[in-house]
Amino acid sequence: MIPVGFSYRRASTVDEAVGLLGEYGDEGKLLAGGHSLLPLMKLRLAAPEVLVDIAPLADLRYVRTDGDTVAIGALSRYHDLHHDEVLRQHAPLLAHVAGAIGDPQVRHRGTIGGSLAHADAAADLPAALLASDGVLVAQGPGGRREIPAGEFFLDPFTTALQPDELLVEIRVPGQDGVGWAFEKFTRRSIDWAIVGVAVLGQSVGLINMAGTPIRATRVEEALAGGANPAEAAELAAEGTSPPDEPHASAAYRQHLARVLTGRALERAAGRVPAGL
Amino acid sequence: MSVMGTRVVRIEDHKLITSGGSYVDDLREPELTGAVHAMFVRSPIAHARIGSIDVSAAREAPGVVGVFTADDLDIAFAPGPTGEPWLARDRVRYVGEPVALVLTEHPYQLADVAELVDIDYDPLDAVIDLDDALSGRTLLFDGTDSNVAGGKAKPFDEKLFDDCEVVVTRTITNQRVAPAPLEVRGAACAWGEDGRLTMWLSTQNAQIARDILAGGLGVDPGTVRVIAPDVGGGFGAKIGADPEAVVLGWASRRVGRPVRWFETRSENLTAMTHGRGQRHTVTIGGRRDGTVLAYRLEVVQDAGAYPRAGAGMLPGFTRLMAPGVYRIPRVEVATRSVLTNTTPIAAYRGAGRPEATAAIERAMDLFAAEIGMDPAEVRRINFIRPEEFPYTTPSGASYDTGEYAKALDAVLSAGGYAELRAEQARRREAGDVVVLGLGIAAYVEITAGDGMGESGRVDVNPDGTVTAYTGSSPHGQGLHTSLAMLLSDQFGVPMDKITIRHGDTDEVPKAVGTFASRSLQLGGSVLKQAGDQVIERAKEIAANLLEASPDDVELNVDQGAWQVRGAPSGGTVTWAQVAAAAGEDGLSADVWYGDVQPTFPFGAHLAVVEVDTLTGKAVLRRIIAVDDAGPVVNPVTFQGQRHGGLAQGVAQALLEEMSYDADGNPTTATLADYPFITATELPDFELVDMATPTTRNPLGVKGIGEAATIGSTPAVQNAVVDALAHLGVRHIEMPATPQRVWQAINDAREGR
Ligand SMILES: Cc1cc2nc3c(=O)[nH]c(=O)nc-3n(C[C@H](O)[C@H](O)[C@H](O)COP(=O)(O)OP(=O)(O)OC[C@H]3O[C@@H](n4cnc5c(N)ncnc54)[C@H](O)[C@@H]3O)c2cc1C
Repeated sequence: MIPVGFSYRRASTVDEAVGLLGEYGDEGKLLAGGHSLLPLMKLRLAAPEVLVDIAPLADLRYVRTDGDTVAIGALSRYHDLHHDEVLRQHAPLLAHVAGAIGDPQVRHRGTIGGSLAHADAAADLPAALLASDGVLVAQGPGGRREIPAGEFFLDPFTTALQPDELLVEIRVPGQDGVGWAFEKFTRRSIDWAIVGVAVLGQSVGLINMAGTPIRATRVEEALAGGANPAEAAELAAEGTSPPDEPHASAAYRQHLARVLTGRALERAAGRVPAGL
Repeated sequence: MSVMGTRVVRIEDHKLITSGGSYVDDLREPELTGAVHAMFVRSPIAHARIGSIDVSAAREAPGVVGVFTADDLDIAFAPGPTGEPWLARDRVRYVGEPVALVLTEHPYQLADVAELVDIDYDPLDAVIDLDDALSGRTLLFDGTDSNVAGGKAKPFDEKLFDDCEVVVTRTITNQRVAPAPLEVRGAACAWGEDGRLTMWLSTQNAQIARDILAGGLGVDPGTVRVIAPDVGGGFGAKIGADPEAVVLGWASRRVGRPVRWFETRSENLTAMTHGRGQRHTVTIGGRRDGTVLAYRLEVVQDAGAYPRAGAGMLPGFTRLMAPGVYRIPRVEVATRSVLTNTTPIAAYRGAGRPEATAAIERAMDLFAAEIGMDPAEVRRINFIRPEEFPYTTPSGASYDTGEYAKALDAVLSAGGYAELRAEQARRREAGDVVVLGLGIAAYVEITAGDGMGESGRVDVNPDGTVTAYTGSSPHGQGLHTSLAMLLSDQFGVPMDKITIRHGDTDEVPKAVGTFASRSLQLGGSVLKQAGDQVIERAKEIAANLLEASPDDVELNVDQGAWQVRGAPSGGTVTWAQVAAAAGEDGLSADVWYGDVQPTFPFGAHLAVVEVDTLTGKAVLRRIIAVDDAGPVVNPVTFQGQRHGGLAQGVAQALLEEMSYDADGNPTTATLADYPFITATELPDFELVDMATPTTRNPLGVKGIGEAATIGSTPAVQNAVVDALAHLGVRHIEMPATPQRVWQAINDAREGR
């Protein structure tokens, strides 16, 4: 439980963080909430030579509206997001999902930027951001650029970010008045999702149903074509390739995806069926 | 008024909550100054020959004080073909087996150095599956011709079920679980100038640990002192001392410095012994009127890689307790334990008795389902009746006292069984997605079944305070509080003037310690006996001081003072005066309670679960429990044991399993993968009180440490099956994971 030795640098501005990333290249790693990176280091599954700590960048902890868009600072913690009045009003799906991650300790440390940059297909916020048609704002040596969520998650634990880029902001269209629902299927309340479904209007994001977070495009097409939630949910497993593990086989996860998508769509549409 | 039976807040908690406990890793004793830090290099492979071990790079690394392998150890290990070495020699037999020891100046250097120990493994076939192990195709030990470590398959009586109208049989797995105490294993030790070894060890039994250390190190037990500081849970897996402790004592002598060690959580999950791990084949037969006539239990115990308690003791208790609370005329049990390339199995909260209960309670439900009778009714028909005690079972147990039907009726009425059944029927009729299941378990278990006795000493100090030395070794239970209450009641001395000491072999040289729910009944009873002896002597001294005959003086426990009977105005003498007048030897009694007999706590649990028939998820909604362990000294600690027991029992039914892949790699070796239970998975516990005393010890108490674990596991498992009975489901293995439940529903629908 003791990591391989490393050096530690603390960035006090975004520019400084970008500069340090450029300086250390492949050997440097950003440290935000540390709740994915540090466990990996303690298990010696990751051994970066330099940690660039961006947790102190308080100016990247915010939620504000920008016209019809909600802008979220990348270093906002789950606890902040879950309790943020602006987010609860204009992007309730994200506020809700942030409150369903891990346990209170995790929610006080983990950041939205860290979760998205880590890009674990089993994580909650990435799928919710996909369903929200979010945009990720990265800052590198050449300035800022925007990456649509649909183009951000490339492979397991791999994103469109360059090694010298920092995720600084997440933007989502306001969700006011749009039906939403989140179904996270776990054995214990503190667990990661075996399968999860985030629904916003007629958009559906799936957790743990492929190597990356994905949209349930067949479901969305069926809904657009006039199918009812139950009919559309039947298509939730189409094109998925979930992990196949002893306690949850691929076939079981595909079954869950259909059941949970059906429930989430019903709930988003205001009809709440019974379930556990 | 007596404190006995009242809610007394635990005297242990003030320190634990404010300044914090002193667990092994917190110790700052002067003897440990300059200690080196230790880490074991453990096998990453389940079964392999060790080709060579190259420690040269590790020995050169910064901060290294020593790197040792089996070749360096000049101490003998357990003899016999299946003896467990202190460090693996020639061959490793499970992932997590210690192979080398690394000592460094600073703890953060340990993992770097451990990585430099270059071990060349030559893999062998891993024996994981029980049938594979029984086949003996691959043997774990050279010089043996089978992997069977105890018991044997015996030919069954073919006529056992001849007069039965109905016979049901089923193979059931009682899965392997990890004890996972909050405090992992740890030790710190130092050899003194006087040539004695002192070891602070996270253990349930300092005296047994001392003897293991002395035996292992080849020194006289008087040369070793073991101290159990605060211990953060053990659940049976910290009985005595593990091989690691012996190696640490050896290493400290070798390098001539104190040594400190604690393991990581992942090490704990793979290298601390596991519990349970039995496969049962139950066969139950009887008449359609509900009478059970015969029961057969075949046990295959997974012993893990080396024969520890899993080889003999666990299946032995399962055999003894096989028929449970029922008057079954014919009972047959056969047990075998078999070695596999997995972590050794030993005691875990119940140690063999939960397995027996799980088997018979599942069998009763299978029988009830087959004859179409309510499971509560089948149990009532077959219970041993109160007037039949003491009752000797066909498996050889002699039950002391029991009110089995009363316990079951109490939980059924507290739970509202009839209404719950009606609600279940209503949901089924309406075709609800979320169905209701009711599970019953009635149980009896054996506590203090070891027959080993216990020590206790009571001193009244010249200032009138009382110091008691107990051989029991509490590690979270709150026993100091209960023992102080006993003495307060007996002596009339306030609780805050009573000190309980335990766990230092120099203070308490002869003792057994804590396991098998034995502490209050043995440790408490012997303190009472010591207290009686002190009071006898005190009476004579007090009589002298009061210038009366001993027969005329009495202890006024309300005032904690001695007086002449019937003449309270004639003056009193205090405990301080009596102690001061006791002379050179003081006022003290030191007693060994050797003639001990086991007791048999019992109870009944009713579990109410909801099962989502689409996802397969089962959620426990209510659990109503009677756990009768005789008179209750302190409801606070008594309920604490029931709460913890219920939680762990429910966890086995719904969540926990320590699992391996086919190559013997543990797949649940971190707490991210091993799902221990948390408060959010548990409902409020509905505890129903019953107290049936035993006749077998002076306090009339039985053990409560394991009872609730034993009842709750099968109650919850039976509830999950019951929820789906209308779909044709008859059995679901533990833990009843959502996938398993979903699979069972699918199988039933497809007629499988
Ligand atoms: C016990 C436990 C339970 C958990 N349960 C859940 C759960 O139920 N659901 C869930 O979704 N997650 C869960 N997590 C993971 C948690 O959400 C992590 O916090 C999150 O995945 C990473 O965020 P972080 O801020 O901690 O990032 P860090 O661990 O600091 O970093 C993670 C990775 O992202 C990079 N990174 C961080 N910030 C940025 C940035 N601004 N720009 C570019 N790269 C960046 C880092 O370099 C690193 O590679 C759990 C974690 C733990 C320890």
